[in-house]
Amino acid sequence: MTHTLTAPTATRGLVEITGVRKSFGATEVLKGVSLTVEPGGVAVIVGPSGSGKSTLLRTINHLEKVDGGHITIDGQLVGYEIRGDRLHELREKDILKQRTEIGMVFQNFNLFPHLTALENVSEAPVVAQGRSKEEARRRGLELLDRVGLKDRAGAYPRQLSGGQQQRIAIARALALDPKILLFDEPTSALDPELVNEVLDVIRGLAKSGTTLIIVTHEMGFARDVADTVVFMDQGQIVEQGTPQDIFSNPQEPRTRSFFSKVLEPAFNI
Amino acid sequence: MSSAATKVAQSQEPQPAPAAEALPEPVDVPPAGAPPRQAPDYSSYRVVAARHPWRWVGTAVVAIGVLAVAWSLATNPRWEWGVVTQWFTAQSVVHGLVETLKLTAISGILGFVLGFILALMRLSASPLLVSVSWTFSWIFRSTPLLVQMLLWYNLGYLYEKISLGIPFTDVRFFEVQTTTLISQFAAAVLGLTLNQAAYSAEIIRGGILSVDQGQLEAAAALGIPAWRRSTRIVLPQAMRAILPTAFNEIIGLVKGTSIVYVLAYSELFYTVQVIYNRTQQVLPLLLVATLWYIVITSVLSVFQYYIERHYSKGAVRNLPLTPLQKARKFFATHAAVPTRRNI
Ligand SMILES: Nc1ncnc2c1ncn2[C@@H]1O[C@H](COP(=O)(O)OP(=O)(O)OP(=O)(O)O)[C@@H](O)[C@H]1O
Ligand SMILES: [Mg+2]
Repeated sequence: MTHTLTAPTATRGLVEITGVRKSFGATEVLKGVSLTVEPGGVAVIVGPSGSGKSTLLRTINHLEKVDGGHITIDGQLVGYEIRGDRLHELREKDILKQRTEIGMVFQNFNLFPHLTALENVSEAPVVAQGRSKEEARRRGLELLDRVGLKDRAGAYPRQLSGGQQQRIAIARALALDPKILLFDEPTSALDPELVNEVLDVIRGLAKSGTTLIIVTHEMGFARDVADTVVFMDQGQIVEQGTPQDIFSNPQEPRTRSFFSKVLEPAFNI
Repeated sequence: MSSAATKVAQSQEPQPAPAAEALPEPVDVPPAGAPPRQAPDYSSYRVVAARHPWRWVGTAVVAIGVLAVAWSLATNPRWEWGVVTQWFTAQSVVHGLVETLKLTAISGILGFVLGFILALMRLSASPLLVSVSWTFSWIFRSTPLLVQMLLWYNLGYLYEKISLGIPFTDVRFFEVQTTTLISQFAAAVLGLTLNQAAYSAEIIRGGILSVDQGQLEAAAALGIPAWRRSTRIVLPQAMRAILPTAFNEIIGLVKGTSIVYVLAYSELFYTVQVIYNRTQQVLPLLLVATLWYIVITSVLSVFQYYIERHYSKGAVRNLPLTPLQKARKFFATHAAVPTRRNI
């Protein structure tokens, strides 16, 4: 893998997913998924609809409880703690604390519509991390500046375009200074001409030393930004490797047939 | 069309959008290769606002109707306006009014607080809490308020004494005669509050359910604590759905308090009843009560308007104008109409 490309300061944000299983009723959605993302690494998860990509992301910040296997971040179990020979589920308070280290960006933004852009960004640092209002405000403006929306700080989400809303959502996730950022199809609710403004922001983050785990259907972007591409199908990781390996030289027939459907011929050099 | 329109808009003062539509349709885009045509300059034209003749006809018809009603109210001697004014601010009536307001405020506030708790119980994960809350609403929504009222007042018949102690033992900290504890006022408040709680629980629950699940998820993902999630994220959004119905309930409650006349409790309605039984001026005194109810409802409606406006922040792209702003806008635009008409 190409660790040398990531920022040398990346020492936090190691994600280790080991044998994770998850069922909804009778259907098993994750069938023993294992994946390691190095600190500061960028993993892009691709795969057909219903393959369990979103579910996997949601288990990483314990929005979804796993039925088997475990997930650690920098060696610390997510959602549980070890006492003797048992795993005790963490109390709500501790789970919330863990979540402040894991930012999440949703497909449909989920901005709080009754709060302004700046209030959206500065709410969590105050109530979840106990920072002062003034500090959160200052940092919020800084982050809005970083996503190019400082001048819209007072706007409500419904007064913003989809691309702008998603950039605010990214700023909101960054406000907690997370080790890890999870993106669930951050551009698929956007018009084509708005996609790039969001992808550009994520590209900038990829160089910042934060670990990124991104579910996307934007294959060009995946090739560009990922150091690991993970192909999932039917609740399993079928194949993973560098973008070069996966896109140009897939080993598994399932991977090949998926890419032959989604990749533009011109892209498949 | 669009390119020409953009040029027009750039070349003149900012204008209300409809004006652009009133402009003549520009000529088709020239065929490729032809020299670019000069965009026509419309900046010297005057803008004439669109006319709505039927709106004016409708306004006139309604105005005539309103005038006719007002005329008959003012001139028909049987309304006995003299009697109405005489009693409108009489001490006993004002006293009754205060009692009505007191009952409404106390049982409205307690009812909504209890309703909020019941709504949270109903939405909780505990089956016991859910069923207790459900049963409460079921019972109080299915018994007539009148019956509830009489039951509370006659509680002394069912339970002679009320005591506070450790259940299933003989330890008692405190014991009173039920009849001394349940006064008319207590029975009235109890009946109105519990009944109100049953209804407001459903209203609040509906409001909470109307908030998108993604909002809670996003808040949880940001590590925002549960209590704060409810108060800062969910409730302000739920308020938009809750408020209109909640005000309906409060306004209903104002008049609903008149039901406590069965307890001979001297609120507004009971007071005027007592008076007209004595003076036989039935209609004018009912009018007195009605006018007061109208006043209360009007004041509440103004509150409702501004509270709803407060909670619509961010939910609508642009806040609606207040009546004051609307009036100003109306006069600003319509004052100029006659001169335009003369063109
Ligand atoms: N809460 C749930 N209850 C029941 N089934 C669920 C639930 N959430 C997801 N599933 C099922 O789990 C499977 C995987 O869903 P998931 O959302 O992880 O897919 P995905 O790979 O993200 O798909 P897409 O690309 O369409 O977003 C689907 O078959 C879905 O129907
Ligand atoms: Mg998904």
